[in-house]
Amino acid sequence: MSITELGRTDGGPAPGGATGQAVHARGLAKTFGGQRAVDGIDLDVRPGEVFGVLGPNGAGKTTMLRMLATLLPIDAGRAKIFGVDVAGDPHVIRQLVGVTGQYASVDENLTARENLWLFSRLQGIAAPRARRIAAELLGQFGLEEAADKAIAHFSGGMRRRLDLAASLISRPPLIFLDEPTTGLDPRTRGQMWDTIRGLVAQGCTVLLTTQYLDEADQLADRVAVIDHGRKVAEGTPDELKTAVGDSTLQLLLAEPDEVPAAAEVVRRVLGVDPVLSPERGRLNVALDQADLAGEVLIAMRTAGVSISSVSVAKPSLDEVFLALTGHGTEEDR
Amino acid sequence: MSTTIAPAPGTVSAADRVAAARRRVTVGETLDQTLTMAWRAFKKMVRNPEQFFDVALQPILFTAMFAFIFGGAISGDVESYLPLMIPGILAQTVLTTCMATGTQLREDLEKGVFDRFKSLPIARIAPLAGPMVADLLRYTIAATLTFGMGLVMGYRPGGGAAGVFAAILLAIVTGWSLAWVFTWVGTIARSAQAVQGISMMILFPLTFLSNAFVPVETLPGWLAAFVRVNPVSHLVTAARDLANNALVSGEVAWTLVACLVVIAIFAPLSVRSYKRHM
Repeated sequence: MSITELGRTDGGPAPGGATGQAVHARGLAKTFGGQRAVDGIDLDVRPGEVFGVLGPNGAGKTTMLRMLATLLPIDAGRAKIFGVDVAGDPHVIRQLVGVTGQYASVDENLTARENLWLFSRLQGIAAPRARRIAAELLGQFGLEEAADKAIAHFSGGMRRRLDLAASLISRPPLIFLDEPTTGLDPRTRGQMWDTIRGLVAQGCTVLLTTQYLDEADQLADRVAVIDHGRKVAEGTPDELKTAVGDSTLQLLLAEPDEVPAAAEVVRRVLGVDPVLSPERGRLNVALDQADLAGEVLIAMRTAGVSISSVSVAKPSLDEVFLALTGHGTEEDR
Repeated sequence: MSTTIAPAPGTVSAADRVAAARRRVTVGETLDQTLTMAWRAFKKMVRNPEQFFDVALQPILFTAMFAFIFGGAISGDVESYLPLMIPGILAQTVLTTCMATGTQLREDLEKGVFDRFKSLPIARIAPLAGPMVADLLRYTIAATLTFGMGLVMGYRPGGGAAGVFAAILLAIVTGWSLAWVFTWVGTIARSAQAVQGISMMILFPLTFLSNAFVPVETLPGWLAAFVRVNPVSHLVTAARDLANNALVSGEVAWTLVACLVVIAIFAPLSVRSYKRHM
């Protein structure tokens, strides 16, 4: 099966028309010093959905998000948020979008409560109400105990929660989350996911970037895969995973010279090409079902290909990339 | 720690929000946002008291040092030099204080919280003007300490308390206005060190090529010509007239005009370059 079939990556008209979309972008581009960080991306995010942008470091995810949030000028292309032009009406866009960056954008010199109060006041909320909102958000995000402590003593998870709380003060209908769980421990990650689901239940639209396939799988209704500033695939997480296989058989051959022979065996048994890893003698094979691994191993032994290590794993982002782009996430970056 | 995170109930309607969105920031909102930003800068100052070192130490050190070094040579003795020098130190201290505005803004711009300021629907000038309002406190400390140190050394201003107060007020206004130059430098320079370097190059000619420490009559003609138009000279002369003679001279007006010109040029430049920084 060809991978590129799974998503519409052309610029066809979006269902429901441009104004019906939470985010509608065409040919979005940004150049930094001659290098195209974002190279003509089309994006349609429907109201009420969680849209995941999946890609490795340096793929252009953050740059794209910053352009949509009016934090960076758009070099080429157009973008609309709820029908409002991003470049033409930045002040309106800033009232519609809450941004939570990759690095917590809160004030280190203030306490959690003071931060929330500051951002409320800046948005024109009168002082008594600002105090109430700060107290409410601190409660909702489990930050009451630390409310009046210096942020310097906060854990990564607490900072992220405070950051997200700050983005929700004005209850924006669209929320941008830039790698919301990168660097968080599994428990805190789960809490962050619950929070994001809660936002959607209230009618918020969420555009999030992530490096983790399982995060996109857990949260996103639809996913776009970005590489080198370009969209390489788009679809539901299930479509994406089907393309890559339900699980991956990773083989390390005892003799790297036997790679062609091993590849032939895989083709004969499964009818698909294995993905050759940059590491010498390593093959990754996408499996529709994990138990097909046995068949492959038996065929290998029959063919006399000796294997030094075997594992069956969920496909990682690296495998998605190997499958979609033919190269891993670390290559030439 | 219980962290069941459930956002408040109630739904968000995008269409209503688009319809209710304000198209631009009003002047009232801008003022409110600037004062909120000033509150933030004030909190930061109080929590990092080392920021007060320059405004506290410089007036004391420079007043003592300059009085003893130049006093005898220029005015015959230290005591008769003080009425000439104290208003000069006042101008110099206030200028150095506003240089710090630019350096600190540059450092602040690097921080994550400025991303949030930029993403909020607020006036672009508020994050720049807020810290400058908080800096009024620093100018007040610097100016008061300069006169305080002068009094300790035997300076008896002829203008009385009212004259001294007026001189301090004028110095604060001038400092705040000139700070826009350094704020602009803060938004264009690549690093806080660069801001420091560029600011020094602006600051030194402005303070030393003025009548702050020496009478203009002793200078060669071409230099005297520059010194006479230097806004710092106007400030120094105006402050001398106020503090020593309680005289509101035309120099006060010239100082204020210079301030307005500086604000009219550098405030829009600063906002423009801050916006481009995004």
